Amino acid sequence: MFEHYLSLFIKAVFVENMALAFFLGMCTFLALSKKIDAALGLGIAVIVVLGITVPVNNLIYTSLLKDGALAWAGYPDVDLSFLGLLTYIGVIAALVQILEMVLDKYFPDLYNALGVFLPLITVNCAIMGASLFMVERDYTFGESAVYGVGAGVGWALAIVALAGIREKLKYSDVPEGLRGLGITFITVGLMSLGFMSFSGISL
Amino acid sequence: MSDMAIKKVLLDPIANDNPIALQILGICSALAVTTSLQLSIVMTVAVCLVTAFSSMSVSMIRNHIPSSIRIIVQMTIIATLVIVVDQLLRAFAYELSKQLSVFVGLIITNCIVMGRAEAFAMKNGPVMSFVDGIGNGLGYGAILIAVAIVRELLGAGSLFGIEIMTTTNNGGWYQPNGLLLLPPSAFFIIGLIIWGLRSWKPEQNEAPDFKIKAHVTKEAF
Repeated sequence: MFEHYLSLFIKAVFVENMALAFFLGMCTFLALSKKIDAALGLGIAVIVVLGITVPVNNLIYTSLLKDGALAWAGYPDVDLSFLGLLTYIGVIAALVQILEMVLDKYFPDLYNALGVFLPLITVNCAIMGASLFMVERDYTFGESAVYGVGAGVGWALAIVALAGIREKLKYSDVPEGLRGLGITFITVGLMSLGFMSFSGISL
Repeated sequence: MSDMAIKKVLLDPIANDNPIALQILGICSALAVTTSLQLSIVMTVAVCLVTAFSSMSVSMIRNHIPSSIRIIVQMTIIATLVIVVDQLLRAFAYELSKQLSVFVGLIITNCIVMGRAEAFAMKNGPVMSFVDGIGNGLGYGAILIAVAIVRELLGAGSLFGIEIMTTTNNGGWYQPNGLLLLPPSAFFIIGLIIWGLRSWKPEQNEAPDFKIKAHVTKEAF
C-alpha cells in the first residue's frame, strides 16, 4: 500500500511533471521565474493549494457529482458530472480565498512572503489540471491527496530550477530578438528534454 | 464606433500584440494540443468563441459588478461558456473531445480569456469587447496553427492526418523526426517564432538587464 503511494508520488513529481511534461501553469511559470525567492514562494503556495484542492474536489466529485453518486439522497439516476468544471473552479477560488485569510490571521510572515502570488494561483492551470486528471484517472481519496502534493512538488521543483537558470542567463549576451521571452522558451524546452529521460521509467 | 478602430482591435493581436508571443497568455494549451493540426484548429475555434462571448458578457454587466468579487463573477461566466463548448464537442465530435481530454476544461484557466475580460472588457463596450475577444482568439490561433503545421508535417509527415510525405515505415522516402512530436519541440518552435516576430517588429524587443560595454583598447603609453 505504502509502495503504491510512493510510486504515485514519484510519478507525479518526475515522470508526469506538471510544468515540463504537461505544460500546465505555463503562464505563471514563464512570467514569474525571474528571481529564485519569488519562484520558491510561488512553488510552496502551489504545493499547499494543490495538496488541499485535489482531495477536496475528489470528495465532491465522488459524493455529489459522479453518475449515481446521489443515490444516498434518493436520486440514483442523477448524473451531475457536467457541472464538474464549474464546481472545481469554484472550489479552487474559494479555497484560495480561505487560505489567504487563514494565512493572514495565523501566519502573517508566510502571508507577506507569498504576497500577490496567492490570488494568482486561482488562474494557474496546474491546479485545475490536477483536478481534471484526478477525475479522468479515477483516483481514490488517498491517491488524490498523494497526487495533489506530488504534482505541486514537481511544479515547484521546475519553477525553482528555471528561476536559477534565468538568474544566470541575464548576464549572457543573447541575440536581440531572442532576449527575454524567446530564450526562456528555448531554455524550458531544453529542461523539458532533460525531464523526458524520466518518461521511460515505469513505476 | 468607426470601422478603423474595429479593424485595429481585431487585427492588432495577430502580429503587433500577440497574446502568446508578447503578452505571455495562454501558453499551456498552445504547447499541448499542437501535435495535430486538426486539434489545433478545434482549439482555436473554441478559444475564439469563449473569449468573444465571455468578453461580451463581462462588458455588458461591467458597471454592475462590485470590484471585490469580479474575479469570481468572470470565472462563473467563463466556466459556463466552457461547459457549453465541452458538451457540444462531446455531442458532435466525440473522438476529438477524447483526444483533447482535459484541455477543453483548461480553457477556463486559459489566461487569454481571463486576461482579456480583466484588461479590455471591464473598460470597453460590448461590441468592441466581442471583437477584441475574436482578435485575441485569432492571434492565439495563428501561433497554434503555425506550430501545429511544423510539428505534424515534419514529425509525422502528414497534415490533418492525411499523409503528405510518405514515411519510411510505409515504404516512402521521408524519415519522420520523432522529436517534433514530443513536448520539448513545441518550446523550441515557439521560441523561434518569437525570434522571427521580433526581428520583423523590433519594437517588441525586451531591454537587456545588463549592457555589454564596448571594447576599449588602451593606448600603450
